[in-house]
Amino acid sequence: MVTEMQAPLTTVDPKEVAKFEAMAAEWWDPTGKFKPLHMLNPCRLDYLTTQIAGEYDLDLTASQPFAGLRILDIGCGGGLLSEPMARLGADVVGADAAEGNIPVAQVHAAQSGLDIDYRHVTAEALAEAGEQFDVVLNMEVVEHVADPLVFLTACKELLKPGGLHLCSTINRNPKSYMVAIVGAEVVMRWLPRGTHDWAKFITPDELYELLSNAGLTPVDRKGFVFNPILWSWSLSDRDLSVNYVTASLKP
Amino acid sequence: MDNPEHAPILKSMTHSNEILIVGGGLNGPALALALAQTGHHVTVIDALVEKVRKNAAFDGRSYALALTSQRLLAAIGVWSQIADKAQAMLEIKVTDGHAGSGPSPFFMHFDHAEIEEGPMGYMVEDRYLRRAFLELIEAETNITQISGKTVVDQQLDPTGVSVTLGDGQVLTGRLLIGSDGRNSGTAQRAGIKRTGWDYDQTALVCAIDHELPHNGIAHQFFMPPGPLAILPLPGNRSSIVWSERTATATQINSLDDAGYLQALRPRFGDFLGEISLAGKRFAYPLNLTIANSFIADRMALVGDAAHGMHPIAGQGLNAGLRDVAALAEVLTLAGRRGEDIGSPLVLARYQQWRRFDTASLAMATDVFNRLFSNDNPVLRVGRDLGMGLVNALPGLRRGFIREAAGLSGDLPSLMTGRQI
Repeated sequence: MVTEMQAPLTTVDPKEVAKFEAMAAEWWDPTGKFKPLHMLNPCRLDYLTTQIAGEYDLDLTASQPFAGLRILDIGCGGGLLSEPMARLGADVVGADAAEGNIPVAQVHAAQSGLDIDYRHVTAEALAEAGEQFDVVLNMEVVEHVADPLVFLTACKELLKPGGLHLCSTINRNPKSYMVAIVGAEVVMRWLPRGTHDWAKFITPDELYELLSNAGLTPVDRKGFVFNPILWSWSLSDRDLSVNYVTASLKP
Repeated sequence: MDNPEHAPILKSMTHSNEILIVGGGLNGPALALALAQTGHHVTVIDALVEKVRKNAAFDGRSYALALTSQRLLAAIGVWSQIADKAQAMLEIKVTDGHAGSGPSPFFMHFDHAEIEEGPMGYMVEDRYLRRAFLELIEAETNITQISGKTVVDQQLDPTGVSVTLGDGQVLTGRLLIGSDGRNSGTAQRAGIKRTGWDYDQTALVCAIDHELPHNGIAHQFFMPPGPLAILPLPGNRSSIVWSERTATATQINSLDDAGYLQALRPRFGDFLGEISLAGKRFAYPLNLTIANSFIADRMALVGDAAHGMHPIAGQGLNAGLRDVAALAEVLTLAGRRGEDIGSPLVLARYQQWRRFDTASLAMATDVFNRLFSNDNPVLRVGRDLGMGLVNALPGLRRGFIREAAGLSGDLPSLMTGRQI
């Protein structure tokens, strides 16, 4: 196990490790720069684990229920979703277009005793290479890509037939502008100014259409709703007005 | 640390996925069982050697388990081992008394028949509870037990924990639990300070045999120096928790058994007939001590390590088991979503769940004690009227019964009898 976990680190310049450790600590600090993601994470994970377990008929109370599943986490960042998937037994590839995130995620996985294959690669390049997965995660990614249809089509290519695609993003309406940009970036300073471009936000109906055009079959959508009194997130069947998530299948 | 860039990574890579529990009294084993049963690997470390921990002689100590605590014990498989040795508490009678002058005419009477859930609680002797825990832990393959070793050092960092035992052995894990009592070394080593105060009161604890049956009725007499509780044990035996001013308690405790009984008799009354001592006598100076935080990096406190309370309402073990049920639920649900169970976000959920609850219970028992351990005539009249009022109003009375049974508040699922 130790040699396996050390392997990814061999590509990292030892002098850089301390810097990456500091950045990993930043990614994983629940009160730091990524606080909104940490707050949202239990709710996102509830949705992901339930959908994956439902699709593949797995028992979440068992140890390592996702053993045998190959999962791709696109836009893995520091590994906030890759690590839980690996902990549940999945064989995880974490991909990020930002090169700097890869060693950061590798360092943290090693500290956590997890074996995750992190790569600086795009969905399109992975599809080109013919990689295949049971589950593809696109969490809070599609609003940042240049061409959502090209991106989602690559995601479809990456899935085995019958595979599960999970995608979350932010709705486009006056409320989401107030909450995601004015609220999160300007007032609360949870996110740096300019993190999101409101014009690139996608409504649930638009996303369903994009998914269908990419060759996927959308099967479920839910809202992530923030409760400012309980200061926590929960899933909603009806309120998709700001953050929401979809599940689709590859026919 | 001659290679500072690499050392932290290599060090943390040696952490196992074990949950380490320091303190093998009652809360520690309860948590170990609850976690082992949801698939976690646990190591329990206790300073006492196994022979002492298994010592089965009756020593006079017993616990008043609230109904919810009994449900938790049932859910983790302990209750079936001790059910036939437990005494149900069917009624509680609360009286304002004066030594020698008998009970005041105003009193509160709580009967379990008024709530649908069953008895308000059960009395169980310490020896049976401890033995049941030890036997179940031995039989559980997910639990490793280390007896007769003390923890001398602990290192907590964001990704793992390691503890060093007295003999130099080092154990590693993802999470460290301190269930090592009100003087918790685990809390001290983590730099957690405590808030609290001493009462000028000492609880005298003993068991007595009595001539007449108790009929499953628990009594609480509020005497000016402190409360006296008579709690029914199986047979014609009861547990006595008797609080006195420390000077008086020290004096009484220095008497021989005959003198001790002679001091107890006028406070006790004669409704159970002749009384005699069964087992040892104990004296506990009363204080309130709450840890300023229940969590630290990779660490959580449960039971008295988190909150040592005034035993006036018998809520110490019950509050500890509530911690156990809440922490087991938080950790298990986090594990099922793939979260790192020792991460600060996960531990914060436990702290949020338990700390407010605990602080309010500690304050309530403190205020209750100050109100009742008093001979001020105005307070006496006030509380007599208050008790009469509670007794006259069925809704309020049922509220008290449910509180005593532990049925109020945000209950963890183990305390509702459901598995996590």
